[in-house]
Amino acid sequence: MEQIVFQRPRYLKKAVFHYCPGCGHSLIHRLVAEIIDELGIGDRVIGVPPAGCAVLAYDYFDIDMGEAPHGRGAALATGIKRTLPDRIVFSYQGDGDIAAIGTAETIHAANRGENITIIFVNNSCYGMTGGQMAPTTLLGQNSTTTPGGRDQLRDGGPVDLSEMLAIARGSVYIERTAVNSPKNIRRTKQALTKAFKIQMAGRGFALVEILSPCPTNWKLSPVDSLKYIDDTVTKTYPLKVIKDTVGDLE
Amino acid sequence: MRGSQVIGEAAVRAGCRFYAGYPITPQNELTEYMAAAMAKTPDGTFIQAESEIAAINMVLGASMAGTRAMTSSSSPGVSLKQEGISFLAGSELPAVIVNTMRGGPGLGNIAPTQGDYFQATRGGGHGDYRSIVLAPASGQEEADLTRKAFEYADRYRTPVVILIDGMMGQMMEPVVLPDPIDPRKLPEKSWVLDGAKGRPSRIIKSLILNTSTMEEHNWKLYRKYETISKEITAAECHLTQDARLIVIAYGTAARIAKGAIKRVREMGLKVGLLRPITLWPFPKNKLVEKSRVVRNFLVFEMNTGQMVEDVKLSLEGRANVHFYGRPGGIISTPDEISKVISSLYYRQHLEEE
Repeated sequence: MEQIVFQRPRYLKKAVFHYCPGCGHSLIHRLVAEIIDELGIGDRVIGVPPAGCAVLAYDYFDIDMGEAPHGRGAALATGIKRTLPDRIVFSYQGDGDIAAIGTAETIHAANRGENITIIFVNNSCYGMTGGQMAPTTLLGQNSTTTPGGRDQLRDGGPVDLSEMLAIARGSVYIERTAVNSPKNIRRTKQALTKAFKIQMAGRGFALVEILSPCPTNWKLSPVDSLKYIDDTVTKTYPLKVIKDTVGDLE
Repeated sequence: MRGSQVIGEAAVRAGCRFYAGYPITPQNELTEYMAAAMAKTPDGTFIQAESEIAAINMVLGASMAGTRAMTSSSSPGVSLKQEGISFLAGSELPAVIVNTMRGGPGLGNIAPTQGDYFQATRGGGHGDYRSIVLAPASGQEEADLTRKAFEYADRYRTPVVILIDGMMGQMMEPVVLPDPIDPRKLPEKSWVLDGAKGRPSRIIKSLILNTSTMEEHNWKLYRKYETISKEITAAECHLTQDARLIVIAYGTAARIAKGAIKRVREMGLKVGLLRPITLWPFPKNKLVEKSRVVRNFLVFEMNTGQMVEDVKLSLEGRANVHFYGRPGGIISTPDEISKVISSLYYRQHLEEE
């Protein structure tokens, strides 16, 4: 008898991703779609895509999605969730979106303990606009606006948004993962699943920061980009549970 | 009730169940009223947002989720909201935004002025769009137009601005409030994001990368604005029947003008008032109609001259357009305006016609 071992997730549309070769968004989209299916929330989930590379997420996810202005994902998700408290609401944001222009919205949503889930994709640069410095750009890392590398005195240092959100009184679960190896991808899926389950249980603000490769703007091959995360990015942004006041939900 | 509270209560009675705002003078009474009112409404939400930008984006989310939503602010705060208002227009979402204008530009002062006319009526945010702008001139009208604001927002899926100033917000007048409606009994919205249960998934967005689709979208918005212009344009005509000079003013300025017109009428001057109730769409046809018999119009605004441009554009040279205005929060007295009117009246030899 024929056995299906791999197929397109139910909640991904039959569309071709526009993402660059080796980009992490494709992987993360798939994980999110799998989780929506596994948790059985496909008919009551509402997603908020960002401005930036993942703005077209609504062309890929087969769920209700409402676009946010740059940085305002957490505020928009707040408006949806407070209106429809029994739906599952997530925002999907990049580092420029969430840690620069949207810092205030994100920190205050966390502080209020909004019962939403945020997927924070950190590729340490502005991908969509061509590789400028992001708040998360590493010290010494080249970008189009930090030629010669990011300098602490001139440019400020990398912003530890997840750590800042962990201080917020209303956040309950913050974890940093990566999608650069099968092991880390599995870990990411576990963390995202937990973040959604926290919302389903009405426990408060949960966010998963995912270190994601950007071969195009890092000017590295896809394979070298995966290594770069292990060798360099995780030195500034270590993979760990940053805050967990929920514990085991099972 | 105070004007701000009238708008708050009328919003609740219009089925508004979501309010997000951020304190700024002189409109805090409205934010505070909504905090108390939403707490008393089982399905109501009040959020004191961390900024005006966050507040309007919370409204954007609530609107996507299908509820009647409102925010309010004053001039500098409304500047911050313009990003969200542009997104509401682009995404074709309903919402009500109250602007209690204060002096500007910049931080300005908190006194009543009408300096935000351009910002309100030209769209205000980026892009090729308009917002419906309603300008009440009494407590009763604040109640009635708030009800209409929510109806227009839903009917046309577009942001509606209620434009007042500190005077209208603080002034206490007796009002008859409209009967409350049950928001659950409003017509179902076919576009709401509420999870795709039993139907295909939906998208609400304003990003349109394809240039011809973008153009098509903007033409569609344009046609919508044309329809709105035909259907909701409103103005009050007061003593215009035999008038040789018509004063054009809205909101607080219109009330002052009414007082001035009473005085000059007592002196035998035939002067009337045309008061735009919708600032956008502007009551152009009403002006054109009046210009067939009246040669002189005096525009009175609490600014250095903004609506006067719409008056000139409407009349296209068919009549003389004069202007008198004072910015900075100085409120002209009826006595002052009656002097302006009579001086113009005699200068133009209108008594001899």
